[in-house]
Amino acid sequence: MSDRIKEKLEILADAAKYDVSCSSSGSNRKNKDHGLGNTGAGICHTYTEDGRCVSLLKILLTNHCIYDCAYCVSRKSNDIKRAAFTVQEVVDLTINFYRRNYIEGLFLSSGIFKDADFTMERLVLIAKKLRREHNFNGYIHLKTIPAASPELIHEAGLYADRLSINLEIPTDAGLKLLAPEKNRKDMIRPMTYLKDQLIKTKEEGKLFKTTPKFAPAGQSTQLIIGASGESDQQIITAANYFYNKFNMKRVYYSGYVPISYDKRLPTIGTAVPTARENRLYQSDWLMRFYGFQADEIVNESHPLLDLDIDPKLSWALRNMDRFPIDINKDDYQLILRVPGIGVGSAQKIVAARKFGPLHIEHLRKIGVAINRAKYFISCKGFLQIYADKRADLIKSYILNSSKSKYTSSTTQQLQLF
Amino acid sequence: MREVDLYFDGTWEGILTSIFEMFEYKIMPLSLSHTAARQKGMFQTAHDVVSQQDKADRVKKGLIEKIGRNGYLELWHAFLSELPDVPLLIIRLARHYFQSEQPERLNFGHDLVLRLKKIVKSVSRERHRMKAFARFQRLQDGLFVALIEPDFNVLPLIRKHFQDRYADQRWLIFDIRRHYGLYYDEHTTSEVTFADPGNLANSRTLVDLYAADEPLYADLWKRYFKSVNIVERKNMKLHLQHVPRRYWRHLHEKSFGLDA
Ligand code: SF4
Repeated sequence: MSDRIKEKLEILADAAKYDVSCSSSGSNRKNKDHGLGNTGAGICHTYTEDGRCVSLLKILLTNHCIYDCAYCVSRKSNDIKRAAFTVQEVVDLTINFYRRNYIEGLFLSSGIFKDADFTMERLVLIAKKLRREHNFNGYIHLKTIPAASPELIHEAGLYADRLSINLEIPTDAGLKLLAPEKNRKDMIRPMTYLKDQLIKTKEEGKLFKTTPKFAPAGQSTQLIIGASGESDQQIITAANYFYNKFNMKRVYYSGYVPISYDKRLPTIGTAVPTARENRLYQSDWLMRFYGFQADEIVNESHPLLDLDIDPKLSWALRNMDRFPIDINKDDYQLILRVPGIGVGSAQKIVAARKFGPLHIEHLRKIGVAINRAKYFISCKGFLQIYADKRADLIKSYILNSSKSKYTSSTTQQLQLF
Repeated sequence: MREVDLYFDGTWEGILTSIFEMFEYKIMPLSLSHTAARQKGMFQTAHDVVSQQDKADRVKKGLIEKIGRNGYLELWHAFLSELPDVPLLIIRLARHYFQSEQPERLNFGHDLVLRLKKIVKSVSRERHRMKAFARFQRLQDGLFVALIEPDFNVLPLIRKHFQDRYADQRWLIFDIRRHYGLYYDEHTTSEVTFADPGNLANSRTLVDLYAADEPLYADLWKRYFKSVNIVERKNMKLHLQHVPRRYWRHLHEKSFGLDA
């Protein structure tokens, strides 16, 4: 028995790994009635050898699937080992991993067996057992099966912290080509439903303290990068649409890992576009935390992200007329726009300058990357002498002074600003 | 103002008492070190601080009034780093805070303030790592045991986290470097030490006490760790940045460091 469970875990964790989301954030569930677990600590309990955070037990209930999406390892036509957990097996794994402090909770997804509702019912049942029978208050992320009934989606929201539906392919044309059995409408419908429910719960929560929680960590989605020839502009526009239209908490970008000889897709052996993926995450951060609009990052005349420099520097170089920024006078929002100054440094600058004007040395100690910021700022004792230099010259200065950073294209670090 | 080398007993109370006496005796501290480091009769300028609860309490209250609870906690967290320059840093900062009209805690242009923030950040990172990397192993009697070896003395800082989270199981988290632990009996958490901590310090000896299902779940976790890896994306540099080698000794998925 224990051998079979080991094999199942290997198959069903392997099949789930292409979903890059492993976040356990956004929810603040307390441990109630002396039970097990809570959420809100946002802990990565380990990291994979490719440097990704492992926070949740991320598995499929089964990798049997009636669909044949070309980009997916679990597709019907793929000749692979299949397996399925029982409801109780998933519950036991979750509880036992959690008690040993391996994980923050469960991220459960599934191939579609029989039909959408049949699959969704089982996912919901697992969440329900964890919450009701085990008084488990850790994190639960459930994948919503497109085309599942609203009643089931609603029930899922009562037990889960986060729900997600992966659009996967950012463009309509791409989706038609690679997953002809799927349609965008089926995926958009539950997203809209969730958005409305989330807003409703929030409103009711203001009026009644007893309003039951409904997916407190909201909903998220994932886009696969580099499987369907889409441009960065298309991806960022799609992401922006999801953030605005469905109040998505997060959009994830997953560089396509070639798993098929299908002619419609990049062949096996093609490198995973990790550098591009990294630039997309940086763009995402610019939109969420730095006050950038999507069309400032990519637009008709600039549809592709630069791979050799980050999107914030790229924007600055295209908008040299906005600089220099005066560190001691200008608004926080403007200081945030300076390459080499992140959110933390910008906050410190605004706090520290109240005590007296800041010099370059102060900025260095605060943690500003002077070798980049110096082309875009002025401060006490430091006049901007590069203001009339050409952007391409400044770019080459910066690239030369920080070789290692921009040449290691595999790095996935996000704090690069 | 007299320039003096201060000696204290190494406790937090001792630090707070030092701050009190610094003002009481109008002392300008040149250093603040553990009494153990004191060489008898060497210096005319030495002053021995004896920890006193009432003085410590008054300083604590004063600090909280002056710089708020968070400001006070920052100083305490820095103290837990056990870094050699920290005691002096703390009392010099306390003097600076008390003497200034401004909320100096936010003066990121000031060298002492910046040094403090840096230490507090490292301590906070270590605290977070222990929340992440402490791994419980279940013993036959149902006790969950985790052995840790943090760079800084962060056990007091993770107490509440584990108590809130694992409210319905008995657990022990033991710092094998500092020879003390926290034990939770499903109601309260208390500090514990052992007559012979040497035994505990070796995770191998725990194996004999394992609950029947412990090896299975440890093995499942290792397999899980292997299976979620995407070989095509392998990036060991990034991996090591997140999980530095010195932590491997207590992680199953790294075979307790034996793979290395
Ligand atoms: S429906 Fe989901 S699991 Fe099935 S083939 Fe498509 S993407 Fe894969």
